[in-house]
Amino acid sequence: MKLPIYMDYSATTPVDKRVAEKMIPFITEEFGNPASRSHPYGWTAEKAVEEARRHVADLVNADPKEIVWTSGATESNNLAIKGIAEFYSKDKGKHIITIATEHKAVIDAFRELERIGYEATYLTPEPNGLINIEKFKAAIRPDTVLASVMFVNNEIGVIQDIHSLGNICREHNVIFHVDAAQATGKVDIDLTKLPVDVMSFSAHKTYGPKGIGALYVRRKPRIRLQAQMHGGGHERGMRSGTLATHQIVGMGEAFKIAKEEMHDENKRIKKLHDQLLKGLTEIEEVYVNGDLNHRVPHNLNISFNYVEGESLIMAIKDIAVSSGSACTSASLEPSYVLRALGRSDELAHSSIRFSIGRYTTEEDINHAIGLLKQKIGKLRELSPLWEMFKDGVDLEKVEWAAH
Amino acid sequence: MAYSDKVLDHYENPRNVGSLDKNDPNVGTGMVGAPACGDVMKLQIKLGKNGLIEDAKFKTYGCGSAIASSSLVTEMLKGKTLDEAESIKNSAIAEELALPPVKIHCSVLAEDAIKAAINDLKSKK
Repeated sequence: MKLPIYMDYSATTPVDKRVAEKMIPFITEEFGNPASRSHPYGWTAEKAVEEARRHVADLVNADPKEIVWTSGATESNNLAIKGIAEFYSKDKGKHIITIATEHKAVIDAFRELERIGYEATYLTPEPNGLINIEKFKAAIRPDTVLASVMFVNNEIGVIQDIHSLGNICREHNVIFHVDAAQATGKVDIDLTKLPVDVMSFSAHKTYGPKGIGALYVRRKPRIRLQAQMHGGGHERGMRSGTLATHQIVGMGEAFKIAKEEMHDENKRIKKLHDQLLKGLTEIEEVYVNGDLNHRVPHNLNISFNYVEGESLIMAIKDIAVSSGSACTSASLEPSYVLRALGRSDELAHSSIRFSIGRYTTEEDINHAIGLLKQKIGKLRELSPLWEMFKDGVDLEKVEWAAH
Repeated sequence: MAYSDKVLDHYENPRNVGSLDKNDPNVGTGMVGAPACGDVMKLQIKLGKNGLIEDAKFKTYGCGSAIASSSLVTEMLKGKTLDEAESIKNSAIAEELALPPVKIHCSVLAEDAIKAAINDLKSKK
């Protein structure tokens, strides 16, 4: 067993060796610029790029012509949100809708649009992390131009009902963007059936390389957007810049493998998830964050009450996980996602996100459970809150000196 | 974030974890911080007949630096008079543990805990 055990697949995944092998020739030998039309170096690169585009399109049942390469999901989200808002606001209006638990790449793109005169609604999800369809419908106004909802949440793993939300958008003539960075290879996506207009993808959450992503832009009915990156007019004018052939080849191969293997892989991961869930919920006072049924098995976000997340991560340094709490950032705020679910401060500060994937083994899971049980016990011995809880003190009624 | 060896040592082997009888007239209890902020420290001191602190115990909910700060403080307090204890500054704690700037508040909290425990003890006299 390699220590620390990697359980942070939602942050990034390793590049599958099969993917890396496929990429290497396009760095050293087949280095041509896919936009070079005058010689075989360019032709070979272009062929590889188009083959990769087909693999990406195949995973989500789209037409390759609907796939635009970007540098990753952050860029895809920015291009979709700003590009659509700019293009359509003259006719439709300047109101935009998203969810409070979205990724920062969506939230901050919305904030930027607010700064230049748009009006944004940030819907609060239900305590299980899912959006109430009626509340979503009620938020739509005649001047709503765009709604953006993520398919699978990066912190709590819940799967939104994209089909129903998309239908509502269609009825109200609202363009619908979906951030699917955490969804590819985990849930089935069929864009011939899903009423989604634009969808963001990332390679490195699906065993491809970092620095490459894609944006699906529907052709029927045709969706237009204002380019955010100007230059040589690559990608049909939507995203200029020389294509990173080796990265693109990597993303294509990763998505091809995902399509071939996702159903078997997800069955295996579901088993590991259930094993982890069973082991950890044997500990007293633990709370799973996010709906237990509408979630990908790759994610388990748990709050260990009366134990602070950062000290817990220090205690379990044999496993590489992330905290919904302050730990990873310089800010000392608890997770805004957990706060949006209405979790108490203590629970928000006590959360750990376990995310598992292709190379996680049963042995890894057992090791993690054993370690957690031992360390939670130790930290609770240290915790005055645990002592008070055991003495029957209601922590909600204590007057704390906030600092 | 990388922790100093001293923080790691106190975190791995915390000194003087536990509780003293809070109703004992010679025991002062200080509880500072808030769960909302991610740290709560409980510090207790027991005054001996000779006027020196003979025992100190802590329990802390918080990050590694908060646990280390309170553990260190219990060591510093033993054998001191209340006046000496009251003069312990957060900067001394931060320096001893080599706390990074984002963790200075942990040492401030530890200083507050000492003051709160002493105040509690004095209020009993």
